[in-house]
Amino acid sequence: MKDLSVTLSGVKLDNPVIPASGTYGFGQEFLPYYDINILGSLSFKGTTAESRFGNPTPRIAECPNGMLNSVGLQNPGVDHVIAHELPALRKVFRKPIVANISGFSIEEYVECVSKLTREEQVEILEVNISCPNVHGGGMAFGTSPEAAAAVTRAVKQVATKPVYIKLSPNVTDIVSIAKACEEAGADGLSLINTLLGMRIDLNRRKPILANVMGGYSGPGIFPVAVRMVYQVTGAVKIPVIGMGGIATARDVIEMMMAGAKAVQVGAANLVNPYACKEIIEQLPIEMEKLRIDRLSDITRV
Amino acid sequence: MMYKLIENTQLTATVWRMKLAGDTSAIKAPGQFVQLTVPGFYLRRPISICNWDEETITLVYKVVGQGTEAMSAMKLGMELDVLNGLGNGFDTSRCGDKPLLIGGGVGLPPMIGLCRQLLAEGKHPTVLAGFNTESEVFLRDAVEEMGAPFVLATMDGSAGVKGLVTDAMADLDFTDVCACGPLPMLKAIMNATEKPAQLSFEERMGCGFGACMGCTVKVKGGYKRICKDGPVLDREEVIW
Repeated sequence: MKDLSVTLSGVKLDNPVIPASGTYGFGQEFLPYYDINILGSLSFKGTTAESRFGNPTPRIAECPNGMLNSVGLQNPGVDHVIAHELPALRKVFRKPIVANISGFSIEEYVECVSKLTREEQVEILEVNISCPNVHGGGMAFGTSPEAAAAVTRAVKQVATKPVYIKLSPNVTDIVSIAKACEEAGADGLSLINTLLGMRIDLNRRKPILANVMGGYSGPGIFPVAVRMVYQVTGAVKIPVIGMGGIATARDVIEMMMAGAKAVQVGAANLVNPYACKEIIEQLPIEMEKLRIDRLSDITRV
Repeated sequence: MMYKLIENTQLTATVWRMKLAGDTSAIKAPGQFVQLTVPGFYLRRPISICNWDEETITLVYKVVGQGTEAMSAMKLGMELDVLNGLGNGFDTSRCGDKPLLIGGGVGLPPMIGLCRQLLAEGKHPTVLAGFNTESEVFLRDAVEEMGAPFVLATMDGSAGVKGLVTDAMADLDFTDVCACGPLPMLKAIMNATEKPAQLSFEERMGCGFGACMGCTVKVKGGYKRICKDGPVLDREEVIW
């Protein structure tokens, strides 16, 4: 019997597979495809203090081995999430939930964290300081060590659950930002968010995305993600959730060998709604081939 | 779910018809669509369902880019990964006795399955199709074989009424409208009639099943995902 369980800041997960925020809504869209209770956890759609429509369409573009999105944090706002989305999710999902939180000011991050930390099923607060698709916020906090530390300190004051800061890859030195978050009291880190990209429609001679630029995700960014998880876990002691282009059980194992304690699966859910299910079912088979008995043993081997 | 490609025929210079064999039980209404994996491309391609029976799905698609180009080169017998029965589709129970089904160009295909369904319910649909020119016309046979009236409008007057579908609408007697086609056409139809209308919209999609929020539009009273809450919207909720 293979042991797939992992522990993140004292939160035990049956397996390390977590659908990534923004690719899984609040779980409902995947109910027709499989029982979502097979997941280790679920990181829900990025939530802000106020409701947001997001960016104009087109918001999606095809890429080699991936896609661009410029959704722009569309969400119904934290109060609606607590009143409607989380009760609906609770009915169908019994596992720990990762609450993904975004903001445009430190006050907004603090407001969302202070509300979501009181939700019983929320066991990890994932603070996104790396959304590339919104102006005047999001990624602005994730591209300087000082700003990242300031958000971390502020949310830690009100958080009663472990705080994981979600980092941007669109920086010169991700290690310095990771260290700044650790020093400011972060319990863990999530990385990487999408890579800023752009495509042009040759016929129209214009950018495909209405917002011009968007975040690149999918298997094409996997090597970048593995590299960054390796660099960061070599420099910090807090646990890291690794993500970026994971599409198979072998990718999960590779990301964990790079240093991740758990993983998130993002774009793969969108092109194959069964992706997480297939990965979780395949993990013990790949572990057997690689003679791994306990998955948590392979983190940064 | 896997489907076998049993037909892939060119209908006009840019339009092809594809038939897939497999389980069609997921299809609940005309106007729904499939998401088809095209080898070599990351995102699935959303294609409206033209028609279906218990064992096959017919898709009629236009080659507009590299993905649909690759679809046109697919060989018979190939196994295709398809998510089926996506979106809401047209609600035939809301159609009157004489619905007018308007398809502009490659917006015409879903009108075939809709027409069949309405005929089966004892209603009397008329199909109105708009094209630029006669050589672009397709699916005329499919409508006429069902015994429904087929009215044609071409911009250059090479076949049918000269002009837009709205020029042909003036002489037709109908209770309500179901339409699919370019946005300017849908707008023109709304200006031409006050009657109830169900309109099918197009948007670049990510997942096709409501998870990614890639295709959200503003409607009266909130937002809708074209893939999951659409592609068919009621005229009363559309913000033009």
